[in-house]
Amino acid sequence: MHVPDGFFNAPTSVATGLIAAGAVGFSLQRANREIRETGPALAGLTAAFVFAVQMVNFPVGAGTSGHLLGGALAAALVGPWTAVLVMSTVLLVQGLLFADGGLTALGTNITLMGLITVLVGYALTRTVLQVLPRRMGSVVPAATVGALFSVPVAAVAFTGLDAIGGAVDIPLGKLAAAMVGWHVLVGIGEAVITAAVLSAVVGTRPDLVYAARHLQQDLVLVDAEGNTSTVSPDRPIAAKPAGRSVGVGVAVTLVVAGGLSLFASAHPDGLEFVGAKLGFDSAAKESAVAGSPFADYGVGGIGNAQVSGALAGIIGVLVTIVVGLALAKLASLRANKASENRAS
Amino acid sequence: MSGDGLLVAVDSPVHRIPAQVKLVALVVFVLTVVSTPAAVFWAFGMYAVLLGGAVMVAKIPVPVVSRRLAVETPFIVFALLLPFVATGPQFSVLGLKLSQSGVLGAWNLLAKGTLGVVAAIVLSATTAPRDLLAGLERLRLPATLVAILSFMVRYLSVVSDDLQRMRIARESRGYSGGRVGQLAAVAGGVGALFVRSFERGERVHLAMRSRGYTGRMPLLSVQGASQAQWVEGLAISLVAVVVAVAARVVGS
Repeated sequence: MHVPDGFFNAPTSVATGLIAAGAVGFSLQRANREIRETGPALAGLTAAFVFAVQMVNFPVGAGTSGHLLGGALAAALVGPWTAVLVMSTVLLVQGLLFADGGLTALGTNITLMGLITVLVGYALTRTVLQVLPRRMGSVVPAATVGALFSVPVAAVAFTGLDAIGGAVDIPLGKLAAAMVGWHVLVGIGEAVITAAVLSAVVGTRPDLVYAARHLQQDLVLVDAEGNTSTVSPDRPIAAKPAGRSVGVGVAVTLVVAGGLSLFASAHPDGLEFVGAKLGFDSAAKESAVAGSPFADYGVGGIGNAQVSGALAGIIGVLVTIVVGLALAKLASLRANKASENRAS
Repeated sequence: MSGDGLLVAVDSPVHRIPAQVKLVALVVFVLTVVSTPAAVFWAFGMYAVLLGGAVMVAKIPVPVVSRRLAVETPFIVFALLLPFVATGPQFSVLGLKLSQSGVLGAWNLLAKGTLGVVAAIVLSATTAPRDLLAGLERLRLPATLVAILSFMVRYLSVVSDDLQRMRIARESRGYSGGRVGQLAAVAGGVGALFVRSFERGERVHLAMRSRGYTGRMPLLSVQGASQAQWVEGLAISLVAVVVAVAARVVGS
């Protein structure tokens, strides 16, 4: 699943790099209060856990075994923002220390496996939790659905990136069918493993499961006189109403997607690719007339158009990130005001 | 999995270059390679020669490099399939119909992917994880992220060893092999591993707090790189940039 160098062209790599950097910065801001309270050690150990788990072979039936990607699982266990940081850390260490996944593709890898799987997984988990009975155990089927869809969605995003800036000319339909078909299978494995691991954690330390923290039962206290009273369990720090985190997740996804499409329409090369792929019959004829396809790769192909297209794409993504950060700033200002009100 | 990553512990000029210089050099080199048109074959030959020189100077044994190239395998398979699935004009070799753009695409993927992996191997084989983190810190990676990274690197071997012990214990109880019925046992172990890692993180944080941690980690880096070290470290990448520009101007 780790994309190597050279799979996507340089502008796409740079653009996804900026998206990844923006997402990590955003997550750092969102998770800041939590990390100040629980320390960086907790996130670091969770990252070490995800790294180790990715090496475990899970028997998933028919004599085959599967690996966990872990995005949806991490999101359910430690929350979406810490999970984005954890997954990015894992990918960074794999890229730098273990030469796994290209360095220019690091942004692509973080966007696909660190950002999309986590956000899709978490948003779906929270959505399904809304309709299930308010019990601790509900988090297992909810996260299963999240894990099931997180992987194929990442595969769709991969196909989309290939349409925008793939270095190789593969028919988009074929690629989409192959990628999504294969990753639906991977997603089923991911769902089975996520469910099994999560139910093991719910069985022993349900209080650790971030996605289900709001499902904790009230404590019933009985004093010496036999009077009973109920108190709510310790509110975890930085706990937010369910709707809001989902809303923020969706908003980020929309903003990111908007940025991507802006990039696509601003990038003449990308449009050319999509056009060639959607109606590849005429494209094939055209290039047959043009002679060798090598002609496309010569000096002529690298004119001002490509540079300006890339620049426009990068500016688009930058604008996206600025908007995202401004939203984050706004949100944290509001959160601060709210906590001040509570304190007074 | 050792905490040292892939470090090859010898002394060489490449090992002595500060990590931040190597990181910048690696990014420049790989970006240069990726943005070179695939059809300019000689440019990739030059890159390979440059990278081979770096491997020689860094005293990394060639078998080590070739063994670590294995991470690329899935994409090699993908690249080899390309000539059969890509569109465009076709030609036949030995009765097989191959797409011209597919062949070029496969070459593109193989050449750029392999150069990228070898370049990353040079970095990881010549830089201790600690130095790498110090380099990232000097390159202004956010302090919180550096802290998370450093804890991950520090505890990677602890968590991996934990996992290993649990696997041995599980298999001693007869839960080995690949039947679906054993998924519960494997997943139970992994769930326990999460709880253990989480609780270890809490304990480590409490220990840090009781020793006066206030939310700011001490800086990892020792000293900056001198101008001479920057020039030395970036030399190969700068030559690569020149090659790329020449490739654009001259063409194939």
